[in-house]
Amino acid sequence: MTRFILTRIASAIPTLILVSIAVFGLLRFIPGDPAALMLGDLAKPGQVEAMRVQMGLDKPVVAQYLIWIGNVLTGDFGTSISTGQDVLPLMLNAFSVSATIVLVGVFIAALIAVPAGMLAAWRQNSLGDVGVIAVSTILLSIPSFWLGLMLLLAFGLHLGWLPVIGYVPFSQGFWPALVYIVLPVTTLVLSEAGPIARMARASTIEVARLEYITHARAKGLSEAAVMWRHAFKNAFAPTLTLIGFVLGSLLGGIAVIETVFTLPGLGRLLVDAIYARDYPVVQGTMLFVAAIYVVVNLVVDLLYPFLDPRVAA
Amino acid sequence: MMDGTTFVRNPMLSVRDLTITIGASGKRIVDTLSFDLASGDMMALVGESGSGKTMAARAILGLLPQPLMATPESRILFKDNDLTRIEPRAMRKIRGAEIGMVFQEPMVSLNPAVTIGEQMAEGLRLHHKLDKAEIRDRSLAMLERIRIKEPAKCLAAYPHEFSGGMRQRIMLASVMLLKPRLLIADEPTTALDTLVQRDVLDLMVELTQANGTAVLLISHDLGMVSHYIPNVVVMSDGKAVESGASSEVLREPKHDYTRRLLDALPRRSAGGMRGGDCGKPVVEVRNVVIDYPGRNRFFSRTEAKRAVHGVDLTVRSGETLALVGASGSGKTTLGRAIVGLVKPTSGQIAFLGAEGHAPADHRGRHHEMQIVFQDPYSSLDPRQRIADIIAEPLKLDKSMNAAERERRVEQVFAEVGLSPDFRRRFPHQLSGGQRQRVAIARAIVGRPAFVVADEPVSALDMTVQKQILLLIRELQARHNFACLFVSHDLGAVEQVADRIAVMQDGRIVEIGDRDDVIDRPQHPYTRQLLEAAMLIDRRFAETGQLPQAMAR
Repeated sequence: MTRFILTRIASAIPTLILVSIAVFGLLRFIPGDPAALMLGDLAKPGQVEAMRVQMGLDKPVVAQYLIWIGNVLTGDFGTSISTGQDVLPLMLNAFSVSATIVLVGVFIAALIAVPAGMLAAWRQNSLGDVGVIAVSTILLSIPSFWLGLMLLLAFGLHLGWLPVIGYVPFSQGFWPALVYIVLPVTTLVLSEAGPIARMARASTIEVARLEYITHARAKGLSEAAVMWRHAFKNAFAPTLTLIGFVLGSLLGGIAVIETVFTLPGLGRLLVDAIYARDYPVVQGTMLFVAAIYVVVNLVVDLLYPFLDPRVAA
Repeated sequence: MMDGTTFVRNPMLSVRDLTITIGASGKRIVDTLSFDLASGDMMALVGESGSGKTMAARAILGLLPQPLMATPESRILFKDNDLTRIEPRAMRKIRGAEIGMVFQEPMVSLNPAVTIGEQMAEGLRLHHKLDKAEIRDRSLAMLERIRIKEPAKCLAAYPHEFSGGMRQRIMLASVMLLKPRLLIADEPTTALDTLVQRDVLDLMVELTQANGTAVLLISHDLGMVSHYIPNVVVMSDGKAVESGASSEVLREPKHDYTRRLLDALPRRSAGGMRGGDCGKPVVEVRNVVIDYPGRNRFFSRTEAKRAVHGVDLTVRSGETLALVGASGSGKTTLGRAIVGLVKPTSGQIAFLGAEGHAPADHRGRHHEMQIVFQDPYSSLDPRQRIADIIAEPLKLDKSMNAAERERRVEQVFAEVGLSPDFRRRFPHQLSGGQRQRVAIARAIVGRPAFVVADEPVSALDMTVQKQILLLIRELQARHNFACLFVSHDLGAVEQVADRIAVMQDGRIVEIGDRDDVIDRPQHPYTRQLLEAAMLIDRRFAETGQLPQAMAR
């Protein structure tokens, strides 16, 4: 087991190295000189040269990469060109906003969708099953920004129950913070519950056909016990992978939802940085997002043996 | 219709007019089946796949899969309860505690995500309300009883850590732990090797006899039934066609269907052997060693394993050499190495006189060696039509045009006994036997010099097995290819082989003409395999009453 964990962690390292090279390369190979872009159209050639030297752009690409990655490893992601702030705290602040909403949202979505999907599968082709499929298909086909806007219109403008703009961190009080994240979280729950429910249903149907389920019934276990003790662990494994995927991609920024609800999250940080050609921020954020992805998938991989002991063998 | 011999006084289980349909009014899967089983007795429901025997057994525990259902006229009386009309709650009290069930596939009937200990404890906790320590004591005692090494470790282990035979023993133990009055065993040994089969069946008899548990065995294997089970009900198309004492029904069958089943049992081919040196050597294997390399990764290392230790053998044109052994003996690996699917570590494999270490040395001759796999359900591409599957090997031969290919495919269809209607069909539309015919057609369509048949019949019903074995022999007589027949089943081997090589732990321990090996085995392992083979002839020969119908 320890060996499995160490192997998994070790295998994440090459992925991160490749990602860092890709992120770095991507920005270097985009046409246009960052120094010239920063100084604007009116800059004289001499100024641009000086800027290039100052930014280290006159060095060979490999050297530039090594300097950057070396700094990153010591926690120095550089400073934002547009605001002059350090990139790392900028990212961490934005991440805490995104992470709060995404973690709460996906957790609630899974809490609703996994049991719904499993129950639907258990009574396959019943009215309840058809209902679960119908609702999840509808949720799946509604774009999240539209859903967010509708929720804003209904609960924010017409009913006036909830604020329409802004964000208050949990460090400034639980209730005010909660009031601000209700709508974005609800949007996320509604848009993510669909795929999770469908996956839970599909994998439960597959497991329910297997002989050990019949064997469990033949032991005299109640349906609830068969489902919980014998079907759940086996059926949940593929759903966990999906949840990992969803978490990874959402934690990297829910730009659309963040824009609709004007939240200062990671997605907006990246989008704004791209518009402002703020390369240190873009570079740092992309690497950070990739690292989140890798870490989330690592966690899923490490959880897997608890559901399926054959994986660690 | 029933001749009454299976109706007993004061039966423990009494099934009357059990009829199972698909939906409320659909096709009848089981049709007015009736039988009685007295406490402590053993009885077998025998029939081929599709005869309804498994569903009849599942109906007893109320475990019919949707949309199957028992009709209102059906009665299943068990200790004063009619199990077809019982409340679900009361049924759950009977399941496990009064009636236990063992399933066919030990690989899928234990939950892979739950420890053995927990799966054993579950029933005890549910039905006997014991405390933790007592459950553990009883589980340990049971594991000791079935001779599991390190029982304490076994409790904490997961099913994938055990072999198929071990899992089936554990399954039996966990069911018998509750001391049920009736054990339903659904093909409990079909997926196992001959030697392991004997072992599991002996254990089943031992545990049930000790406890006075009655056994209802579901099986297609008449040989096994004749050795273990005193009473039998023969089922065909959902109906009981014949029933009574095994010794009578299986020796003097009255019904045509029973006779057909018995005729299909392994018996020595009438044609006799064709002798040891009938043709030129096609494959010569010299001192071949095959290792499965160990893996070296970041933190894990698996040791290299030697699957084949320096084997020599020759297969000549027109002859069938059978390679017999238990699973893990290296027989399949050797077969695959000869056709080039596995690379030997050292040694020579000569094909038609051309020397070579590795199959790559015979590049361009691959179409002259073909293989038929065990499982016809997974060895055919489900998205290709039958005619395309069979024609595929011909595409290697550039000298053949489309019309010639089509003619050849047509010819092969006839040779393997497939109707030309199947040309446009897909594999899932065919039965297991038909699929295996397709696999054989695909192997012989290019007129290969050598065919490896890797357990080609072990996934099939007895009557179908017989047909496929006859087909292989017939095709060989016509095309004179050399055949390596890999099998754990001495019954099947006896029917097709000219010579037999017995493999144990990667070595050939005995090789010789079929009759010599079977009638005068030299090596103790061969003798062990022969004793384990539950041939019906031998069973009745033991009692000195060789039945007329089965005399050689």
